[in-house]
Amino acid sequence: MQVFTKHEGLVAPIDRANVDTDAIIPKQFLKSIRRSGFGPNLFDEWRYLDHGEPGQDCSQRPLNPDFVLNQSRYRGASILLTRDNFGCGSSREHAPWALADFGVRALVGTSFADIFYNNCLKNGLLPVRLPAADVAELFAQVEATPGYRLLIDLETQTVTRPDGKSLKFDIDPFRRHCLMNGLDEIGLTLVHADAIRTYEGRRRLEQPWLFR
Amino acid sequence: MCAAPRTLYEKLWEDHVVRTEEDGTALLYIDRHLVHEVTSPQAFEGLRMSGRKLWRVDSVVATTDHNTPTTHWDRGIEDPVSRLQVETLDGNMRDFGALVYLPFRDRRMGIVHVIGPELGATLPGMTVVCGDSHTSTHGAFACLAQGIGTSEVEHVLATQCLLQKPSRTMRVDFDGVPPAGVGAKDMALYLIGRIGTAGGTGFAIEFAGAAVRALSMEGRMTLCNMAIEAGARYGLVAVDDTTIDYVRGRPYAPDASHWDRAEAYWRTLVSDPGARFDRVIAIAASDIAPQVTWGTSPEMVTDVVGRTPDPDDFEDQQSRQGVVAALNYMGLAPRTPIHDIRVDKVFIGSCTNSRIEDLRAAAAVVRGRKVADSVRLALVVPGSGLVKAAAEAEGLDRVFREAGFEWREPGCSMCLAMNADRLEPGERCASTSNRNFEGRQGQGGRTHLVSPQMAAAAAVAGHFIDVRGMV
Repeated sequence: MQVFTKHEGLVAPIDRANVDTDAIIPKQFLKSIRRSGFGPNLFDEWRYLDHGEPGQDCSQRPLNPDFVLNQSRYRGASILLTRDNFGCGSSREHAPWALADFGVRALVGTSFADIFYNNCLKNGLLPVRLPAADVAELFAQVEATPGYRLLIDLETQTVTRPDGKSLKFDIDPFRRHCLMNGLDEIGLTLVHADAIRTYEGRRRLEQPWLFR
Repeated sequence: MCAAPRTLYEKLWEDHVVRTEEDGTALLYIDRHLVHEVTSPQAFEGLRMSGRKLWRVDSVVATTDHNTPTTHWDRGIEDPVSRLQVETLDGNMRDFGALVYLPFRDRRMGIVHVIGPELGATLPGMTVVCGDSHTSTHGAFACLAQGIGTSEVEHVLATQCLLQKPSRTMRVDFDGVPPAGVGAKDMALYLIGRIGTAGGTGFAIEFAGAAVRALSMEGRMTLCNMAIEAGARYGLVAVDDTTIDYVRGRPYAPDASHWDRAEAYWRTLVSDPGARFDRVIAIAASDIAPQVTWGTSPEMVTDVVGRTPDPDDFEDQQSRQGVVAALNYMGLAPRTPIHDIRVDKVFIGSCTNSRIEDLRAAAAVVRGRKVADSVRLALVVPGSGLVKAAAEAEGLDRVFREAGFEWREPGCSMCLAMNADRLEPGERCASTSNRNFEGRQGQGGRTHLVSPQMAAAAAVAGHFIDVRGMV
């Protein structure tokens, strides 16, 4: 997993509540058996004016000029500013894969759907939850300031605005540790293989019908 | 000394903790892993690349459902990209193994959340995971069942465990008796309308109350299935006679040598009297009317006798913008009576509403009636091959066909339109599925979520109509 310690980048606002994972990556792209290559189809239905299918050359497709990520001032954005319940709906990890493949490293918003939040953390993508008032201010500042950038520091758990104001955020210590060290969670869990076997042995005795 | 009363969620959680990190993150043991073709290929590839095997082959139950066609099975899967994904699962099952794999065209193949319970592969007290958010369905059996992403699928395949922190607990009491024609789907949509699609975020929701006790297992599965649409990873219903009776005799249920012990344990899977929940919501079931969504989120829902909202009634600018955008996408004016909304297509199916009882309820409305001429396509897609066979044995396929419905092969179908079943831009659908997101059933398609009875009634009338007058 890609390490996340500190990231400074251009911010793009996705000014809409309940952005679902179907919007982030539409289902036709879920037919892929790979983990990469989803970036050109991130927000496909909002981003392009035509209908997207897997395997297309997206550089030739007509862009929707109204969609925020197509606007020149947000080109190269690596931090998305988001509203309530971002990433709701399907558990598809293709959503964080698409965000990461597009170049997004962090999301800053009021709330994220549970499964999506979890999936981001498995892919070196940091979702930052901030109070609604802070997020509202960030939206106002981003819209008023072309080239608006934020500095996100996972070590100190802060988001720093261009005016120097620092906003503190919470994250589970264990998740933070994994992210900062890019740890392979499977390897980490397998360190406890004996504990798993012991548990399993007990379960086999107590509920033998669960085993075949 | 008396132990403190515990919720059902707490009992299930504590029963599966292998060990706990300092910050409270637990290693949670997983009993059942359901696998389908869409969210598993990258996980198996990950195992291959790191030279890992399955921790426990007999925990895996797999099938193909998302990509498979619902017509002309003799022709195979015509879309080469879908076919490759399905064949990839075939290959992974050959290489890694499973307790049971129901491949494309197996007579028992079906939606993963229908076949688990049907086979008795979903049993009370289990932890159940699947790379699919609607895994909450299995909570109807007092299972700790949740949807996970592909990295976690790989993690469970390799370690039989998940790393997780406990959720907060919510109990939703549906008290009293719902009106005739109002069912589990309406109860779920009504709740989501009340608490919102993020109302359950971070919670495990236990559904309780007389109206839940009165539901069949099929109805409870519908309710738990929709918990994720309220933002909750888990839905739960306590074990009672209905649960035990459903499980008895299923292929992977305990045999006679273990049955009594299993049943005795399962009977303990209820919240203790006095157990504390972080949030409790009470709903009078008698207040619930048939529900119809009008927007692009399941929380955008109202009674069939209601109207679409007026954005001007919303003071908060965010909400107003959301309503404007949704009405615009749905091609609906403010204050449109739900009754006046005409439909182009009708879809009865999905992991929410494709079980035998759903088909019986829809057929009861359709019987002796015809699909309206203005409806271009009315589809019934049974949840599994066994559901299809059971429905045919009862003659339900004839009821639907004679009315003008198409009777299809099982699968996820038009719920998410990964196969050929989809809406064209601008088409409007009465759908028994679970998500009315933009483009969910096809780019530009307009989805209205309803119960099977309401979908059947809309097919007959050509527009939404109160099914309470038809049953």
